[in-house]
Amino acid sequence: MIEARNLTKTFKDKKRGVITAVNDVSFTCRPGQIYGLLGANGAGKTTTLRLLATLLQPTSGVARLAGFDAATEANQVRAHVGFLAASTALYGRLTAREMITYFGRLNGLADATIKERLNRLAAELDMRDFLDRRCEKFSTGMKQKTSIARTLIHDPAVMIFDEPTLGLDVMTARSIVKFVRDCRDRGKTVIYSTHVMSEVERICDIIGIIHDGRLVAEGTLAELRQRFGETDMEEIFIKAVGGEAALTAALKN
Amino acid sequence: MNWQNILTVYLKELKDSLRDRRTLISMIVVPTLIMPVIMFGVGTIMTKIMKQAQSETVSVMVLGGADSPGVIAALQDDKKFRLLPAKADYRQLISEKKVRVAVEIPAGFEAALKSGSTQTVSLYYYEGELKSGFGVKAVQEFFTTLRDRTIELRLKEQGLPAAIIKPFVVRRQNVAPPEKVGGNAIGGFIPYLIIILCFTGAMYPAMDLTAGEKERGTMETLLCSPVHRINIVVGKFLMVLTASLTTVLLSIVSMGVSAAIGVMYFGGKATSPSATSAMAGQAAEGSSIPLIDPVGLIGVAALVLPVAVFFAAMLLAISLFAKSYKEAQSYVSPLIIVVIMPAVIGMLPGVELNAKLALVPILNLSLVCKEMLSGVWHWHYIALIFGSSCLYAAIALGFAVKMFNREDVMFRA
Repeated sequence: MIEARNLTKTFKDKKRGVITAVNDVSFTCRPGQIYGLLGANGAGKTTTLRLLATLLQPTSGVARLAGFDAATEANQVRAHVGFLAASTALYGRLTAREMITYFGRLNGLADATIKERLNRLAAELDMRDFLDRRCEKFSTGMKQKTSIARTLIHDPAVMIFDEPTLGLDVMTARSIVKFVRDCRDRGKTVIYSTHVMSEVERICDIIGIIHDGRLVAEGTLAELRQRFGETDMEEIFIKAVGGEAALTAALKN
Repeated sequence: MNWQNILTVYLKELKDSLRDRRTLISMIVVPTLIMPVIMFGVGTIMTKIMKQAQSETVSVMVLGGADSPGVIAALQDDKKFRLLPAKADYRQLISEKKVRVAVEIPAGFEAALKSGSTQTVSLYYYEGELKSGFGVKAVQEFFTTLRDRTIELRLKEQGLPAAIIKPFVVRRQNVAPPEKVGGNAIGGFIPYLIIILCFTGAMYPAMDLTAGEKERGTMETLLCSPVHRINIVVGKFLMVLTASLTTVLLSIVSMGVSAAIGVMYFGGKATSPSATSAMAGQAAEGSSIPLIDPVGLIGVAALVLPVAVFFAAMLLAISLFAKSYKEAQSYVSPLIIVVIMPAVIGMLPGVELNAKLALVPILNLSLVCKEMLSGVWHWHYIALIFGSSCLYAAIALGFAVKMFNREDVMFRA
């Protein structure tokens, strides 16, 4: 379960003054659901997810994940969250096994548990061939699989995906999408950010459209279609953010 | 603080660093090789250059002296000298190193020797130029010998004993122990080297473990783990400290081994009675390979520890601010000069340890090391230096932890 209540995050920038990256955002993601956070580049998706993952502290507002407060129980939250982003890379000089084991230990797992889970994950993700090779030599797909195993080693209740298919080839992207669905089917709470409309349509149970730091629309795909009178996700998105002009203006900022 | 987590982070960083060629070179290869190279390489080359300069014939330009054929002939007979005919631009030629020395023999020199009046022989040379210096020394010796012989002749003519011009003899006796001599000779240089190695040993891992991780995107991955930030900082700090201390330790060991080998090869004729003092002082005559007190080296190692902590924490905090390895390099590289400056001041002769200087970081280490390597132990200063260094180290470490907790530093856009 993820509950975000009035989350706000401001940054100070020398040139632009105070920037409100996330502005009074509230939403709820339930176990067994995929919550899709849809927004253009710079809309505030990554900042929102980093707030949830306790990498950043909110300026105001509250976030609760798996029953823990992100501000006061950050370590507990992190212990129950798996965070996968384009910016969470692997240690190139470690092997996949060492990498995953390291994060198992950081999560306080016993070596026997790590070994058992690692074997299971390696089988599920078909990564036995490269488990003992160094990550620096990996293909993008191998890297993604290793990262997934890293996020799952402590069996978190909440999964946070920040544009996980960004820059991946079709096959790898498909395997990621399949994996995200698997997480949902196992009863995990999943939040998934993207700017790809088709991905949202395909996998998300609830869609939140974020624009200029604000959550401007939220609902199931059917609800959004009904509300905006459009069937195409792209058209819905444009209407939700207030038209093309508003989107262009926001992107310029 | 959770030592289990710190250990996990530390061991991972250690493994990671040992697989990094840059860190390996700065941590192991440089310190192991630099000492023997400096002690033997530079020492041997210096000895050779000095010997060569001394044994080379000196080109001497003779100005005047046409009426003193005896002196000219004696100069010509001396194998040390190669006489050149006089030229008007002799000053220029000496400056251009084409002539080492010019000697001006006054008119009627030989005649004056016989008549007993005082004459002035002028030597022209280039001060500070090694070969010209040796040359002028040799020519001066030649004329001093000639003067002594003239005195002897005159005394004989007068029927007086030679002792009349030598009422007493002055003899200098060295009371400094041999290790003091060695300590003073290179005592300033060793701490200087150790301080730099301590810094450079910490530099690469510090940048790699912070800015490097940010650049490669693994920092965010690491921050996702439930480990408290302080444990991550301490784990990383311990790795940087390990690298720094390994660098210093290897350089000290390599220096000790070099010194021991130096004794075996160059100090065979050393007159010191005990084994330790045989390690000390200048080795065999004519050699420029300096030797030092091994007990002093242990003292140096002990005092380097808090300074290494200070460097490790400071470098960690500063490079953490950078977004990339390259940016970190541009912050850290100029610091080498900041570190070298006090180390160099400590090397200067005459700069002595006092209570105020004992509080100046780096300079205090440099000064006290010079003393310890000379076998002098000022315990109250040593305590003061150790204490103040520990304080600086603690402040730096606190600063590193603070930086690590600042999200605007960790996620600098």
